[in-house]
Amino acid sequence: MKISVNKILQAPSVVLLFLWMIVPLSMTLYFSFQRYHLLYPERSGFVGLSNYDFFLTDPALGVSVINTLTLVGGVILISVILGLGIALLLQEAFRGRGIIRVLLISPFFIMPTVNALIWKNMFMNPVYGLFAYVSGIFGLPVVNWLAELPLLSIIIMLSWQWTPFALLIFMTSLQSMDQEQIEAAEIEGAGFWGKFRYLTVPHLGRAIGVVVMIQAIFHLGVFAEIYVTTGGGPGHDSTNTTWLIFKQALLGFDIGVASAGGVFAIIVANIIAFFLIKTVAKGMAK
Amino acid sequence: MIIGYRNMKRIKHQTTVLACCVLAAIFFFPIFWMVLTGFKTELQAIQFPPLFFFEPTLENFEIVQERSDYTKYALNSLITAFGGTLLALVVAVPSAYSMAFFGGKYTKDILLWMLSTKMLPAVGVLMPIYLIAQSLNLLDTTIVLIFIFAMMNLPIIMWLLFSYFKEIPSEILEAGRMDGCSTLDEIRHIVLPLAWGGIASAALLSIVLCWNEAFWAINLTAADAGTLPALIASYAMPEGLFWAKLSAVSTLACAPIVVFGWFCQKQLVQGLTFGAVK
Repeated sequence: MKISVNKILQAPSVVLLFLWMIVPLSMTLYFSFQRYHLLYPERSGFVGLSNYDFFLTDPALGVSVINTLTLVGGVILISVILGLGIALLLQEAFRGRGIIRVLLISPFFIMPTVNALIWKNMFMNPVYGLFAYVSGIFGLPVVNWLAELPLLSIIIMLSWQWTPFALLIFMTSLQSMDQEQIEAAEIEGAGFWGKFRYLTVPHLGRAIGVVVMIQAIFHLGVFAEIYVTTGGGPGHDSTNTTWLIFKQALLGFDIGVASAGGVFAIIVANIIAFFLIKTVAKGMAK
Repeated sequence: MIIGYRNMKRIKHQTTVLACCVLAAIFFFPIFWMVLTGFKTELQAIQFPPLFFFEPTLENFEIVQERSDYTKYALNSLITAFGGTLLALVVAVPSAYSMAFFGGKYTKDILLWMLSTKMLPAVGVLMPIYLIAQSLNLLDTTIVLIFIFAMMNLPIIMWLLFSYFKEIPSEILEAGRMDGCSTLDEIRHIVLPLAWGGIASAALLSIVLCWNEAFWAINLTAADAGTLPALIASYAMPEGLFWAKLSAVSTLACAPIVVFGWFCQKQLVQGLTFGAVK
């Protein structure tokens, strides 16, 4: 009796997610073996692996994979280190801490398109941007951020938005730390680093895992920031795999090749997911 | 000179507070600057040195509303964010409850599989979703966005709820059952009150993620069902140089969710454990 009730309760989420996954996935798989070009709809039919051949021999592919990994890795590294540092600082009790906390997590609520446009225009613009102004004051050469360092620029934008997320998770986790244990360690004469190394880091281990995994999920598919700033350029300097496929599908009108790219992106994501789940998520689920 | 222990402690305290203030100022500055620029004229917006004090104008906000009907986009954002979250919760709460309290051998695997669906890159399934929506006549409707947002956030909500429900001691449930609670009673009178915090923070996170979602909004909607991120993206290209207007429309787009986030931050800080607290 109990078992069947459970099945009924669990079925909707499992079935819906399964359909959400399997239907588009099989269509993508099907299209990837078809000739399907929006500008030449009359030329259709099975083409074997030629879409894959076209996509995989695209010289931009290697660059885009490296860019994707750099982006994901860079943002995770920056946000975890900064988020952890700030979370530890915020453990100190003082008046106005609530307001400071509110200000610090605000960037997480800003939408990606706005985030990218603020940075692109008001900070990174080589003529009118605040960065240009500040480097002018100090007599430093002006950097045209989005043209010269496009990938780093996007990493900065994303880190600004996601450090607050890391901070949120770390603050949540730090709240549950055993205060008596800390006091005991202090009485034993443990310094800041000792407490950090042997109490805080082990306690935060799983929180760090959560931050890494959730961010990896989001940053593998970074799109809006590139869409409103660099458009993947200059050249392919800020093209990630998502952007490469998007360009193929919506700007190149070639659904067949874009689908092959989609299958490729899904395989890459699965490889990364496999490692993440092996190392991080297994520990979380216990 | 010897600095006493108490003095050391005070200096340490003050340095920490100062560091927090500086960091908060740095992180909040871009938002502050965006809001400020929205109240400038176009000329003041690009003036050097940057202008901090000026006579504010509301002109940009009027022009934005006139030209692009902000209210319509905001309403679409509201409908899709709350609709998607509600749909996801309706599906997720019973499932997460059942998995947390009556989980079987495969519960962990099902949860991990759910999370792995989040890793499917959206771009990989863009064309099929687009074509399905087209054939159902659902392109550029809020319905399609509500469904997609719900599916998009379902795994994360499931994960949050599952780990939150797990913390509820099962003895309480057993006591309830002894007293003759049915499953529904159990959910309503025991689980929901205890799990309220977890459900609330899952909903909050989901609303924020929906409100800011750009990929599907840009690619599946146009004039009718466009949400705020799509509106902003439309300002990016041809009118990118009009910073004051761009700032005004950005301020309008972000203000509701940022203020919402401020009010709910306590809840977020307490609820986003993802099972990472032990």
